Amino acid sequence: MKVSLSWLKEYISVDLEPSVIAEKLTMAGLEVDAVEERYDYLANIVVAKVIDVKQHPNADKLSVCSVDAGGDKLVQIVCGAPNVKKGMFVPCALPGAVLPGDVKIKKSKLRGEISYGMLCSAAELRLNTDASGIMDLDLEDGFLPGTPLEEALNISDTVFEIDLTPNRPDCLSYIGVAREIGAFTEPKQKVMLPDYTLPKDKIGKQSIHDFAKVEIIDPDLCPRYSAGLLFDVKIKPSPFWLQEKLESIGLTPINNVVDITNFVMMETGQPLHAFDFDEVAKGKIIVRRAGVDTDFKTLDSKDHKLESDMLLICDGERPVGLAGVMGGENSEILDSTTRVLVESAYFNPVSIRKTAKKTGIASDASHRFERGADPEGTVKALTRAVSLIAQLGDATIAKNYIDEYPKKAVPIEIDLNTKALNSRLGTKLDSDAICDILRSVEFDVEKISDIHLKIGIPFFRVDVTRPEDLSEEVARLWGYNNIETSYPLVPAKGRLLDQRIVLRGKIRDIMTGFSFFEVINYNFINENSCDRLNLSDTDTRRKVETILNPISDQMSVLRSSLIPGLLETMKKNLSQQTDTLKLFEIGKVFFATQKGSLPEEKERVAGLITGNRSDQSWYSKKIKNDFFDLKGVIEGFIKGLMIKDLRFEKIENDDYPYYKNGYAAVVKSGDTLLGSLGRIGGKTLKNYGLKQDAFVFDFSLKAIRNMLPDSLIAEPLPRFPSISRDITIIVDRSIPVGEILEQIESISKKQSLIEKTFLFDAFEGKPLPEGKKSLSFRVVYRSAAKTLKEKNIKKLHVNISRSIVDLFHADLPEAQEP
Amino acid sequence: MQNSIIDIEKQALESIEKANDSEQLDQFSIKYLGRKGELTKFLRNISSLPENERPSAGKNANILKAKLEKAFKVALSKFEAHDDRQFTGIDVTLPGRFAQRGSLHPITQVAKEISDIFLRLGFDIAEGPEVETDYYNFEALNIPKYHPARDMQDTFYVSENIVLRTHTSPSQPRAMEKTQPPLRIIAPGKVFRCDSDITHTPMFYQIEGLMVDKNISFGDLKGILATFVHQFFDAETSLRFRPSFFPFTEPSAEVDIRCVMCKGKGCRICSKTGWLEVLGSGMVHPAVFENVGYDTKKYTGFAFGIGIERMAMLKYGIDDIRKFYENDVRFLGQF
Repeated sequence: MKVSLSWLKEYISVDLEPSVIAEKLTMAGLEVDAVEERYDYLANIVVAKVIDVKQHPNADKLSVCSVDAGGDKLVQIVCGAPNVKKGMFVPCALPGAVLPGDVKIKKSKLRGEISYGMLCSAAELRLNTDASGIMDLDLEDGFLPGTPLEEALNISDTVFEIDLTPNRPDCLSYIGVAREIGAFTEPKQKVMLPDYTLPKDKIGKQSIHDFAKVEIIDPDLCPRYSAGLLFDVKIKPSPFWLQEKLESIGLTPINNVVDITNFVMMETGQPLHAFDFDEVAKGKIIVRRAGVDTDFKTLDSKDHKLESDMLLICDGERPVGLAGVMGGENSEILDSTTRVLVESAYFNPVSIRKTAKKTGIASDASHRFERGADPEGTVKALTRAVSLIAQLGDATIAKNYIDEYPKKAVPIEIDLNTKALNSRLGTKLDSDAICDILRSVEFDVEKISDIHLKIGIPFFRVDVTRPEDLSEEVARLWGYNNIETSYPLVPAKGRLLDQRIVLRGKIRDIMTGFSFFEVINYNFINENSCDRLNLSDTDTRRKVETILNPISDQMSVLRSSLIPGLLETMKKNLSQQTDTLKLFEIGKVFFATQKGSLPEEKERVAGLITGNRSDQSWYSKKIKNDFFDLKGVIEGFIKGLMIKDLRFEKIENDDYPYYKNGYAAVVKSGDTLLGSLGRIGGKTLKNYGLKQDAFVFDFSLKAIRNMLPDSLIAEPLPRFPSISRDITIIVDRSIPVGEILEQIESISKKQSLIEKTFLFDAFEGKPLPEGKKSLSFRVVYRSAAKTLKEKNIKKLHVNISRSIVDLFHADLPEAQEP
Repeated sequence: MQNSIIDIEKQALESIEKANDSEQLDQFSIKYLGRKGELTKFLRNISSLPENERPSAGKNANILKAKLEKAFKVALSKFEAHDDRQFTGIDVTLPGRFAQRGSLHPITQVAKEISDIFLRLGFDIAEGPEVETDYYNFEALNIPKYHPARDMQDTFYVSENIVLRTHTSPSQPRAMEKTQPPLRIIAPGKVFRCDSDITHTPMFYQIEGLMVDKNISFGDLKGILATFVHQFFDAETSLRFRPSFFPFTEPSAEVDIRCVMCKGKGCRICSKTGWLEVLGSGMVHPAVFENVGYDTKKYTGFAFGIGIERMAMLKYGIDDIRKFYENDVRFLGQF
């Protein structure tokens, strides 16, 4: 909310610097976002003395003036005002000035004569409404031309932009803000309230009750409705003082009646509405739920669909207003209006909020009503508005006013225990200090004992309903920064970190150790992501949760896989000419359950490599990454987590349709599926607009967690040396190395002398026959009891060779004899 | 023969003196001390000496042997140091074989740094779902339906009563329902709001904090948060507590720190105020305790919420929050 300091001073006397007021308001909980000098727009407008006036050679109504604007030389300015004359002091806008209405002043030519600026009327400068001629500043002869206008007129005003929290509707008014200021001035002050009595000479003979009747059908939504009536109203522009006030806080003046309702709302916080009473059928105001009514046109000419629960203001025949939100076009104040009914009501906040939300209207009125207006403030605001309309609209006030108040507001009284308050805040305030603080913002305080206060809550403070709320009042007015800092004593008792958190930490350590970058992608992904991954219709990852109000289609479903995010990230990086990437992400994926229930959340770790294992360099050629670069990382990753029995099985079904056929594997520990890895298939690459290969892995954190060893027992180091023997075989290309290694391993499980076996060479091509490959394994033997000799292992080694040869129909190279 | 051993000593020491490098020294060493060296020869010939001279000759030879061995060693050690400096060797300015380094996302790093501070203060980590019920996200936190406070957070809806959590605060009622006081938790995690511009991303991170016990005061809240700010930024960073409004705390406070960029002089980052808003906090509202069945007469507590991106932006001088989620490795690699 914008608050003009000069206007504010009508309610409170304060001579603190604007910056100090802003600081103190902020520290009292009314955050001042900006402090603006209101007349900053008068920059480059100076006092000028008219030295000479000549008739414009080419235009009857223009004069060519020579003026002293304080520079070294006189300047020529073309002027159209009839009242310009020699010796006059006038406001002169120099090039660079910007007049209200965004009129930029620059050097220009008017009918052939150069003009170095503009002599201004008061209206053009928004200083008053006089547009009849240039403004005669009426200064003494000796006044120094070139003096800034703002300084010469000695005008200044500061406008505060206050960002009010939703709990403080009482401060959505000048009186409310003044009350807060009164609590921190020295000495504390009470607000100077406007005159709420009606001007006697303006009250006519006829009573409102003979013309108008108000009926509240739904008092739960409208506990109070007050109304006043005026006759012979002259609708015209407001006087300058009123226009200027509204403009100072960014409101546009419309006409006297509408301006007055806005002015009184800003002053008191009570929203008002003025009806053209001639348009109110049968003089009746009926406040009721919409029921069967379905359409309504508000005064901004917009059509709205009504819902049966919305509260309407109706006349004898039809709706004339969306209660507390906006009036109707059918009864708005026009220039021809003569009879005006002013509404000042209190509406149920929730009802107003629903209507405002559903119709999408956020008006100044709904903003106040939905936060909570003062139910006891309707009549005061009404009399204020009626008085002003009578004065500024030359109108007659109908005798009496209507005040339907079927649901009287219940005053709140709080028993405050000052000991509990001090203990909550960590303060040592005595009860007198607390009384003073609460009284300063108009709480009604009765001291029962030193620790027991009875506090009457003013109706305008809708945010205070319990003792804890009063603790905030005391704390903010005493000053949060005056509360002593303390440190709680806590039991020296800690819990272990959740295993999920520990696991994430381990994975991050391992993956960054493998030179991967951690990425964090959005949880929401493109709605067509499942299609892009080629997922089948029955894939569980199709059970995505959809966001009802997404930012865009690209972010409209919750991810059921981390892979789309990684591919998008790859694309973004490639477009920045980074073509080698190693990325990983730990995050949740989501699967829809029943409607209205929470989705399933599952945590996964996934990653991607693309580009080169080695860039071109002095020691290496450029080598592209392949499946085995990623597989090596996965082996290290799983082994780094101490998970045993790692197995890779070629994928031979359609569960992973985003991988290229034959280039993907599932990863298991024993029989437990941990995840998968593979090369992204051509179709998916194309769907993501990717032009280079990507290798991806994707694991379940829960599966990994389940396979983590409970404990780790260190093994003693061997005391005796090992010896190694090799086996080279030639087998069909189709035989997986993993199966051969498993066969050797199965023997080694029975034979404690075999320490490990690994493949150290693999070869295909000539001179081997077509469809064959040669594989070389090294078997490492070691005994825990002695240094092994050839004779100890000869037989075992032969047995291993034989078993492989038999099982896999292998040949031995000529040189090798089993 | 006595002379001869004196000669050997003299010649050997001269040779050591004359030697130009370790190679020559080695040769000399072999010449005198080697298996066929002068001294060995002398010792071998001792048997040819008269019997009465043998003991003293043997003794002297052995003394000399020890002396020469030591002299050679000393001389050699000088040469070794010297030789290393003489090698032409390799072009060490040739780039090393590239070893890429990986890195954690800056948000992960900052979240961990913040978590660690509170872990040291005795807080535990609790986590909750990222998709929440309206109840935990709002109602349990004293934000009823159609409360204007809901405007403070633009909510993503999945269905009428299921939302993407707009803050980590649902962790508060969830933790309190599970545990009786005393309670000290932090809950880091993703949160979501329907907003996207240079200062807002639709997903971001918060860390929630909650402490409940007997006699917890607003002063304690100030103490814990001051400790946090001083550990995260530095001990000189001053902070101020400013009244604010959150439906689930009363009193509520925003915490500002002295602008880390301009030290309070006023700059673009702090909108010329000298202060930066870094977190929201307050004493837990009694309505929240009532919702989870805590005794409001017996217990008080405080809660706070820290925006992790904000912390990371201040710490690293990042001015566009969207950078965190573009995942450009040229950005990620800087942390």
